[in-house]
Amino acid sequence: MSYVRALSCRKCGREYPPEPINLCDFCFSPLEVIYDYKSMAKAVSRENLSSGPASMWRYRDLLPVESEVVDIGTGFTPLVKADNLGRELGLEQLYIKNDCLNPTYSFKDRVVSVAITKAREFGFDTVACASTGNLAASVAAHAAQANMKSYVFVASDVEQGKLVGIAIYDPVLIAVEGSYDDVNRLCTKVAESYNWGFININLRPYYAEGSKTLGYEVAEQLGWRAPECVVAPAASGLLFTRIWKGLDEFSMLGLIEPVNTHMYVTQAAGSSPIVNAFEAGSLHVHPVKPNTVAKSIAIGNPADGYYALRVARQSGGAACAVTDEELVAGMKLLAQTEGIFAETAGGVVVAGLKKLVASGAIKKGELTVAFITGAGLKTQEAVSDVVRPLVIKPTLESFKEVLGERVVV
Amino acid sequence: MVKRRVMFTFPQELIGEAIIYNLGVQFKVATNIRRADVSEDKGWVVLELEGEEKDIEQGIAWVTAKGVRVDPVTGDVVEG
Repeated sequence: MSYVRALSCRKCGREYPPEPINLCDFCFSPLEVIYDYKSMAKAVSRENLSSGPASMWRYRDLLPVESEVVDIGTGFTPLVKADNLGRELGLEQLYIKNDCLNPTYSFKDRVVSVAITKAREFGFDTVACASTGNLAASVAAHAAQANMKSYVFVASDVEQGKLVGIAIYDPVLIAVEGSYDDVNRLCTKVAESYNWGFININLRPYYAEGSKTLGYEVAEQLGWRAPECVVAPAASGLLFTRIWKGLDEFSMLGLIEPVNTHMYVTQAAGSSPIVNAFEAGSLHVHPVKPNTVAKSIAIGNPADGYYALRVARQSGGAACAVTDEELVAGMKLLAQTEGIFAETAGGVVVAGLKKLVASGAIKKGELTVAFITGAGLKTQEAVSDVVRPLVIKPTLESFKEVLGERVVV
Repeated sequence: MVKRRVMFTFPQELIGEAIIYNLGVQFKVATNIRRADVSEDKGWVVLELEGEEKDIEQGIAWVTAKGVRVDPVTGDVVEG
């Protein structure tokens, strides 16, 4: 049994029973899961959480599920002290939360594990999603494990590497020819027309909760404390708000001290509606047409943009955009200092972190966690220029000749 | 009859035009505003449209052609 109390409108506060719905009937604002924290606080302790499985499901009591979960081995990914990158950027206490190491190589496994569990609880036999790649792979993988049918919609220009990583799980894979807006409009209509568990539409309030586990894990891995600074990417803005919610809930439950974390949101300059609003001092996130190599975070009209903006403001954080050149350099820097090959969104985080340190927003001694949310093998095209092998004949002479002065004996 | 929930984002030059009224009159679409924020230089409106499917489609196409951005009220449903 979970501690879910209801779904609640994030704007007007109206409450709804926990069903597969995502919008308030009255003001059309998003719904979120609210809990009976009083009862939850009695059930959870540092001891019983840390004695749970080495996965996101050690935090089951803080998640909105009632039944046996659909789990392909997600979460409790490494939090590594990144001394080399820290030295490079001028930070003494930098950590990387490496969420590349989930079963389908991105943080999406966290949200999908919760959403598919709920889909099964609600009696759906088919799940669906619209995705630029990572979400689709995760939905297809979880559906395979849960013996459910899955329909995944992608834009036809999605990276090749991502298509293979989706198709291998044998979903119904639909590549939509058309603009980004066309895909959005089509999928909204599909969600209204079919009785499916649409992972990020009618199951969105539950899906969202999976990302909280990133905040929980970091706090536990740091020895039950919140970091001083968080740097994370934003597409819809949901992940960013839920890392914050995770830290906030831990504090509310008495598991960590009151949270004083500064939340820094990073986006690619070619799709930065949240950063634009932050810089303009506006509360309205004005939609943009995305144009960036960081396709996994190229969301022009972010569903949770307003809430991400609020978290950045209220926490004393900031927002930062980086160009495609900067994010590619960020991918290379992370790989070449810490041995972590992140996808383009990770390059956005590292490049954003570099700017935030250089500008003095993040101070040298502040304990900072950078969230790397997807693996680089999915977006190899962005850094294919690194492949410059030294071609030699299979002889020692050829080796010595080509290497010349480079060899250190 | 079908219902469609949408968000209109108006550029500055269209703030003064009665676009929602004309959408209702010309396309026989009932418009029901739920949330809005309109200032002198920009504005957005979240509303529900109710009518025949083809009338709603034609109405949205007309609004879009006028220069208003039309999005699903959920924001983008395509995700990473």
